[in-house]
Amino acid sequence: MASIETRGLTKRFGDNPPAVDRIDLLAADGEFLVLLGPSGCGKTTLLRMIGGLETPTAGDVVIGGTVVTGLPPRARRIAMVFQSYALYPHLSVHDNIAFPLRAQHMPKAQQEQRINWAAQILGIEEYLDRKPRQLSGGQRQRVALARALVREPSVFLLDEPLSNLDAQRRASARDELLLFQRSIGTTTIYVTHDQVEAMGMGDRIAVINLGQIRQIGPPREIYDEPADTFVATFLGSPPMNLVTEGMTTTGFRPEHFQPVDGHEAHPSDRLFSFVAHREEYLGSERLIYGEVEGDKVVARFPATFHHEIDFGTPLEFKVSRHHLKYFDAGTGLRIEQPE
Amino acid sequence: MSAPATTSPRIAWTDDEPPPQGRYLLDRSRLLGPLLLMPAVIYIVALVGIPFVLAIAYAFSDATVGDQSLDWVGLDNFRSIWDDATFQTALRNTFYFTFVSQAIVVVLASILAIVLDSDFHGKKLVRFLVLLPWTTPIALAVIGWLWTLDSVYSPIDAILRDVGLLGPGTHFGPGNSMLWLAKPDLAKLSVLFIHVWRTTPLAAVIVLAGLASIPKELNEAAAIDGASEARQIFLVRIPLILPILMVAILYGVVFTFTDMAVVYILTRGGPIDSTQVLASWSFFKGVEGTNLAQGAAIALFLFPVLVAAAIVMLRMARRTETI
Repeated sequence: MASIETRGLTKRFGDNPPAVDRIDLLAADGEFLVLLGPSGCGKTTLLRMIGGLETPTAGDVVIGGTVVTGLPPRARRIAMVFQSYALYPHLSVHDNIAFPLRAQHMPKAQQEQRINWAAQILGIEEYLDRKPRQLSGGQRQRVALARALVREPSVFLLDEPLSNLDAQRRASARDELLLFQRSIGTTTIYVTHDQVEAMGMGDRIAVINLGQIRQIGPPREIYDEPADTFVATFLGSPPMNLVTEGMTTTGFRPEHFQPVDGHEAHPSDRLFSFVAHREEYLGSERLIYGEVEGDKVVARFPATFHHEIDFGTPLEFKVSRHHLKYFDAGTGLRIEQPE
Repeated sequence: MSAPATTSPRIAWTDDEPPPQGRYLLDRSRLLGPLLLMPAVIYIVALVGIPFVLAIAYAFSDATVGDQSLDWVGLDNFRSIWDDATFQTALRNTFYFTFVSQAIVVVLASILAIVLDSDFHGKKLVRFLVLLPWTTPIALAVIGWLWTLDSVYSPIDAILRDVGLLGPGTHFGPGNSMLWLAKPDLAKLSVLFIHVWRTTPLAAVIVLAGLASIPKELNEAAAIDGASEARQIFLVRIPLILPILMVAILYGVVFTFTDMAVVYILTRGGPIDSTQVLASWSFFKGVEGTNLAQGAAIALFLFPVLVAAAIVMLRMARRTETI
C-alpha cells in the first residue's frame, strides 16, 4: 500500500503544447482516485508516466514516499490494467496470471497458491486452462485484474478498463471492480472519460483538460460546486446550463430549472424567461430543450411530473438562488455572486 | 403514368427506355471471377503444369537433347542416378545448404528484426542497407562474391594478409591465398555463407512485420509485470512471432532448396563436384550433359520436400484465415 504523488509532472511531445502540464496530484494510501477528462486531455499520458511507460519531460513521480521518476516500470511495484487488457494471447489464463510471479522468480508452490487466491477473488477458477481468445470481454477483464492483483502491488493503475464492455455488463463490472478495490484496499488511479464511472466509483475525481487539473475533489463537490465552466459542462448529462449576461455567466443544473406555473415565485427564486423548442421523453425523465436570453438551456423533469409545455412562447421558469453558480464570462472561473 | 424524368447522369434510362442489357455484364461475379482468374491459370498451366508433366515423362524415358522421343524405360534413370556418387553428394549438399543456412538465418533474422524494431538514430538507413542483399539480382550478387572470393583478387585474403593471418609463416599460411573456392570445405562454406547472406534480409523483414503486429500494450504489460528486456523478448515477443517465423523459414527453404544460381556461378559444382546440389547437377546432367531423362529424374528429387513445404504453407495460411 502506498500513496502516489506527482510533482510538477510535465510531458511534451515534440513542439506541441504539453500533453501534461505541471500536474501536482496526491492520491492517499488506499484511495480510489479517478482521472476524468475528454479524450486527448492528457489523462492517459499522466497515468503512463506514473507507471513508468512514459518518461516525463519535467517533474517527479513519488510512490510511497520514494521518488521513482527514473526507475523502470518493474521497479515501481505497480500493476496496470490496460484498455485492451493486453493479455498474452499465447499463454493460458493460468500462465497469464503466473507471468508477473515468474518474472520475480517466486517459488513454484507459492506461485500456485497466489494464482488460486487471485483466481478465486475474481471468480475465474474455471477458466484457468483457457486461452484469452476463448473468453468473453468481461472474463478477459477479470483475468487482467487477476494478473494485476496476483503479486500484491502497492498501486493499481487502470486505463479505461471497462470501455470494451457493453453497456449492461459495464454497470455490473463497475460494481465488482469497486467491491474488489475496497476489499484489497490498494491505492488506485483510474482513468476514464465516462463521467458516470467517475461519479460512481471515485473517492475523488480529478477533472483534467488540456493537460491541467481543472478541479479535484469528491464527486458531489465536483458536481455541485464546479470550479469553472469546463467542469460545469463536462459533468452532468445534460450538462449545466450557462446563461451569460455582461461579464457574468450564471450556471444552473437542468434539474433545478422549474416552471413557476401555479405557485407563487418565492423571493429566493430567480426567474428566467424560457422559450421551449422541443421535448425528449426518456422514460424516467423528460428533457425540455429551449433558450434563455439567446443561450441554449435544458430543463429536466421526472417523467411523473405531468406539466404541459407551450412550445415557442416565453414561459416563466425559476431556479432557487442557492442553486445558481456564477462564473467570470471571460476566464470561465467560478466567482462569488455578483452584487 | 410515367416516372418523372431523372436528371442524374448515372441512371441513363427511364421507365420508357429500359436499361441496356449487357452493359452490366461485368458486375456479375460468375463472369468477372473466371475472367480475372484466367491469366493466372494460363500462366500456371503453361509455365508450371506442362513443364512438370514433361519432367515426369522425361524421367521415365530415355530422352536426350538430341532425341526427345519418349521411350518408356521404367525406373532405370532413377536407379542409375542413385548409384552415382556425385548425385549422393548433391543430395546431401542440397539438404545441408538448405537446413544449415536456414537455422543460421532464423537466429540472425530474429536478432536483426528485434534490433530494427527498436528506436534508434539512422534506423531507416540501416533497414535499407539490410534489405540490399535481397534486392540485388542473385546472378549479379554471386558474381560479386566470385570476385570477393577470388584466389588472386580477394579483398578478404588481402585483409587477412594485412593483419598477418595469411602468407608464409602465418596461421593460415604459407600460401598467399585462402583458395576459398578451390578447397572443398571452404567452397561449401562459401556457398553456405552466400545463402545465409541472401535469405537473411527477407526473413528479417518478415519477422520485423511480425514484431510490428504485436500490440504495443503487450510489451508494456510485460514491462509492468516485472519482465526484464530479455524476458520480454523470449517469453512474449518470440512466442508471438513463431508462426510468422515459420513463414520466413519456409520461404528460405524453398528459395535455397531450389537454387542453382549460387553454385552454378560460384563453383560450377566444384571443386570435384563437392558443392553440387540437385538443381545444378540436374542442369549439368540434363542440359549440358544432354541426358534429359536423367536430368529430369534428378530434378524430381526436389519434389517431395517442396510438396511438404507447400502443404505446411497452405495449412498456415488456412489457420491465419480462421483466426
